[in-house]
Amino acid sequence: MNKEMTGAEMVIQALLDQGVEHIFGYPGGAVLPIYDALFQQDKLQHILVRHEQGAVHAAEGYSRSSGKIGCVLVTSGPGATNAVTGLVDALMDSIPIVVITGQVPTHLIGNDAFQECDTVGITRPCTKHNYLVKDVKDLPRIIHEAFYVAQNGRPGPVVIDIPKDIQFNKGMYVGPKNIQHKTYRPKLKGDLEKIKQAVELMRHAKKPLFYTGGGVINSGSEASVLLRELVKLSGFPITSTLMGLGAYPAADKQWLGMLGMHGTWEANWAMHDCDVMICIGARFDDRITGRLDAFAPHSKKIHVDIDPSSINKNVKADVGIIGDVAHVLEDMLRLWRTGAVTPDKKALGDWWAQIEKWRARKSLAFKNSKEVIKPQYAIQRLYELTKDMDTYITTEVGQHQMWAAQHYHFQEPRRWMTSGGLGTMGYGLPAAVGVQMAHPKSLVIDIAGEASVQMTMQEMSTAAQYDLPIKIFILNNEYMGMVRQWQELLHGGRYSHSYSEALPDFVKLAEAYRCVGMRCEKPGDLDGVIKEMIKVKKPVIFDCVVDKMENCFPMIPSGRAHNEMLLGDAGVAIEDAITEEGKVMV
Amino acid sequence: MSKPSGTTSHYPAQQTVEQVVHRTLSVLVDNEPGVLARVIGLFSGRGYNIDSLTVSETEHEKHLSRITIATTGTPMVIEQIKHQLERLVPVHRVVDLTESGKAMERELALVKVRGKDNSRVEALRLADAFRARVIDATTESFVFELTGKPEKIDQFVVLMQPLGLVEVSRTGICAISRGPEGM
Repeated sequence: MNKEMTGAEMVIQALLDQGVEHIFGYPGGAVLPIYDALFQQDKLQHILVRHEQGAVHAAEGYSRSSGKIGCVLVTSGPGATNAVTGLVDALMDSIPIVVITGQVPTHLIGNDAFQECDTVGITRPCTKHNYLVKDVKDLPRIIHEAFYVAQNGRPGPVVIDIPKDIQFNKGMYVGPKNIQHKTYRPKLKGDLEKIKQAVELMRHAKKPLFYTGGGVINSGSEASVLLRELVKLSGFPITSTLMGLGAYPAADKQWLGMLGMHGTWEANWAMHDCDVMICIGARFDDRITGRLDAFAPHSKKIHVDIDPSSINKNVKADVGIIGDVAHVLEDMLRLWRTGAVTPDKKALGDWWAQIEKWRARKSLAFKNSKEVIKPQYAIQRLYELTKDMDTYITTEVGQHQMWAAQHYHFQEPRRWMTSGGLGTMGYGLPAAVGVQMAHPKSLVIDIAGEASVQMTMQEMSTAAQYDLPIKIFILNNEYMGMVRQWQELLHGGRYSHSYSEALPDFVKLAEAYRCVGMRCEKPGDLDGVIKEMIKVKKPVIFDCVVDKMENCFPMIPSGRAHNEMLLGDAGVAIEDAITEEGKVMV
Repeated sequence: MSKPSGTTSHYPAQQTVEQVVHRTLSVLVDNEPGVLARVIGLFSGRGYNIDSLTVSETEHEKHLSRITIATTGTPMVIEQIKHQLERLVPVHRVVDLTESGKAMERELALVKVRGKDNSRVEALRLADAFRARVIDATTESFVFELTGKPEKIDQFVVLMQPLGLVEVSRTGICAISRGPEGM
């Protein structure tokens, strides 16, 4: 479709042609023409947030739960800078979003104009790619390219900065069919020779382990299906990063639970002792590896990733395969099926026997109480009461996030939205807004902490405006729990500024937003109040008052190896567990 | 800014003393605004070293520029640098010129020397030996233009020091591979 229109009209047309139905945003001087074009149509729905950071997190939640691209529209200057946290969050977690920012008119750029900032300069290291549009005739191409770049290869955020005069200027619109990026062609198929080597290693493995990550989910639903098939066929155990939860069903026997700093005993020990590690779409983050020189010391490592720079970044891979997870898994499965050698049944049996011994430690166990709600218990009950429903979970960042990852079990991909790489407190509430927009009929719960949730609390107003019945399930321990835990472990229990002083009354706060507030303080009442929360068809803030001093275990102390992890009941002097060297780690 | 071991993680790895190597990379990029900022930002943001950097448009019709970067790091870091560069959307190709046999590296320098009498004569004689050209002269100064390997220019600058060296301007390394193949 070629037609003359203004830059602002092009933006709307291009978004529609890209299949966008919803856009999260906040108006301002430098995007007024686009908002005017929005006003004059009814196909593209705009969701007005209360802060630009919320718009980006909502777009992330929208994208992660639906597999579509999340879209954001904000103004210049403060609009753009407020979006930066969300951009980095999306970059670290490889979430495809397109963010359109207004800019002062071209002739004012560089003049310190009102609400001017160097958006492309500021967002250059915060995005996968960004554009400053200098001519309206480039605008349609740039928008279509941005969508291509955001979702192909390793996904990520793309910013398009559009000066106000460009939004008014007229030009010919070009549809997406005629646009192809000049050079960006990420490799999807893995090198077959390398895949053969990998399958050979797997066949001769005695203690194999699948270690999967967010790449499986990003690769699409097909990838999860293929992964399940390969894991079943091989009979190997599987663990996953925080980002990868749900790609493999947690109810399955071969599932060892999450690994890493707060992973299960069996997952981390299996990681330490394995002889062949099959890493699929994960990036050996420091939260996973712990001490690098003691990381899985006896293993051959196979690493599948679409991003070549992920391979050999932190950990040397013996077989590095660059390609899309689904494509590589397909080849692996075919080779696995046609190969002559079958794995050593006896060795695999011994390996499983060992894993069962680790599993028997029940590392996620905790001492429950009749007087006070244990946070783990709260998550367990939430899980039991919602697991048979069409549920999506988002989280904030901290102890509650780790407890959610440990005790809420995911059977399907795209049901779990959490800020993994950047660790953004305040992610969960706006993300829940985005998830609910994508899935209006589903149950969307933000498992939150009372500190995190206050960072983006204003988005309750967005939820109220658009009748989004999100549930904010706050594990309220009146502390920035993870900060307090580290201060207990590392700083002699000096709880410097980690107490949540002067908390609002969350029930009244909910009511002030014209939402529903609930509070639960006794373990005996918990089920009843959770059921009530599920029934309410309005946004809910659930103030779940939990044990203040509970710590999150198991834990690999920073600077330690997987086989040096601590259990909650270990009773060791924790201060002794962390070395001087470990104390400087984050 | 070089890291102690061959890793980009902040967790302690084995303190193996890995050999640091020098590499010259040729990077073919779209000649568009901000592309150099992307490359430089990548190096500073991830803590890599830049020993020398030159950039200029090389193919006008195709809007292509070539960036030549001399860098140092452990082999693991060098591999990371290449992959990180390739990840930038406007980057077409990254070629490690050092890997495929020593590449030819040249630099151009402009050297200003001020002096009288004997030192002036000596400066001129040395310039002749180094095949430097005089591109500006006054009764008390010369500006020499000199091309060659970076080491040759280093050496020339050292020799000019006692003869009244005023200032030096250097282009940085520009490099190309030997043989008939292009990058």
